[in-house]
Amino acid sequence: MARIIVITSGKGGVGKTTTAAAMAMGLAQRGHRTVVIDFDVGLRNLDLIMGCERRVVYDFVNVINGEANLNQALIRDKRCDGLFVLPASQTRDKDALSTEGVGKVLEELSKGHDYIVCDSPAGIEHGATMAMYYADDAVVVTNPEVSSVRDSDRMLGILSSKSRRAEQNEEPIREHLLLTRYAPERVARGEMLSVDDVQEILSLKLLGVIPDSQAVLNASNAGNPVILDKNTDAGQAYDDMVSRYLGEELPMRFLEPEKKGLFNRLFGG
Amino acid sequence: MGLIDYFRSSRRGKGSASVAKERLQILVAHDRAARDRPSYLPKLKQEILDVIRKYVQVDMDAVSVNYEQEGDQEVLELNIVLPDSAGPA
Ligand SMILES: Nc1ncnc2c1ncn2[C@@H]1O[C@H](COP(=O)(O)OP(=O)(O)O)[C@@H](O)[C@H]1O
Ligand SMILES: [Mg+2]
Repeated sequence: MARIIVITSGKGGVGKTTTAAAMAMGLAQRGHRTVVIDFDVGLRNLDLIMGCERRVVYDFVNVINGEANLNQALIRDKRCDGLFVLPASQTRDKDALSTEGVGKVLEELSKGHDYIVCDSPAGIEHGATMAMYYADDAVVVTNPEVSSVRDSDRMLGILSSKSRRAEQNEEPIREHLLLTRYAPERVARGEMLSVDDVQEILSLKLLGVIPDSQAVLNASNAGNPVILDKNTDAGQAYDDMVSRYLGEELPMRFLEPEKKGLFNRLFGG
Repeated sequence: MGLIDYFRSSRRGKGSASVAKERLQILVAHDRAARDRPSYLPKLKQEILDVIRKYVQVDMDAVSVNYEQEGDQEVLELNIVLPDSAGPA
């Protein structure tokens, strides 16, 4: 049986797809058979971030509709053994994902994998509720900014009421907070909510803090999950996050502004 | 940027994150309370009002329905204010 992880947020553009790609790659690199699914029907992007956009033949909706089987639709990652991508459909039919259909695909995937990472679209509409419905774990991706924090809290309400686990009175979904696009300099200047602020408001278990980093853009330009760039801040922060998810206790890094040398302070601004 | 501007802007900066935090704390508490409230409350209130109005003429705001969750107990508090000369309608 695979463990199903949903990467979710209320607000769009906070870093869900970046996180889904990094987490799936990180789990697979540690030897876990992992599949990452794009639930963002109509706006697929995960294939781009994973760098497999030119190998997409069939998609998630094709599998649900019986137009292709899983083996035909799954894209095997070329960098890491045991990692597969199930791309989203470009269809405009937002209701193409049915609870039953999604359930069947997840069940089948569950047999051959350890982790299923679900990249959710933003908001509380159909695609997002489908992505979270079967989840065992949720990673709530949040930026240190008012509307993102508020929407994350709303998402928590939905996770605890509109999931399979909630409906069947099972143990609730395990919820984790991932703070992304964190800018320590701005926090130090009092211009941005701090980790502690956000955690105090949402009172969730903190899985990681990902700095706002040029490395993310570089990685997405190249179609490489940023976790592969082990010498970058964001890459290392994602790597820590995956280890923490698997139970390791690691201190948070990249919370303090980089100490600038005298030269930088004088001339670098 | 002059020295005074520098201090001013950094002070304003200090304000903005703490203001954000205060606003969020209030907002999130509010959102959570609304979320946990059963959706039948407005209808319940209307029907209670209708029943009371069969006997006494009262305003809309004479009836207040308050819902609170304390641990695993749900408390529904109903408050009806009758007019001073509450005789039969
Ligand atoms: N830690 C980060 N630092 C800098 N840019 C980031 C970071 N995380 C995400 N981004 C950028 O933000 C944008 C939205 O990210 P994405 O992962 O697609 O969000 P979502 O899936 O939530 O819409 C992208 O342009 C991405 O490169
Ligand atoms: Mg996305």
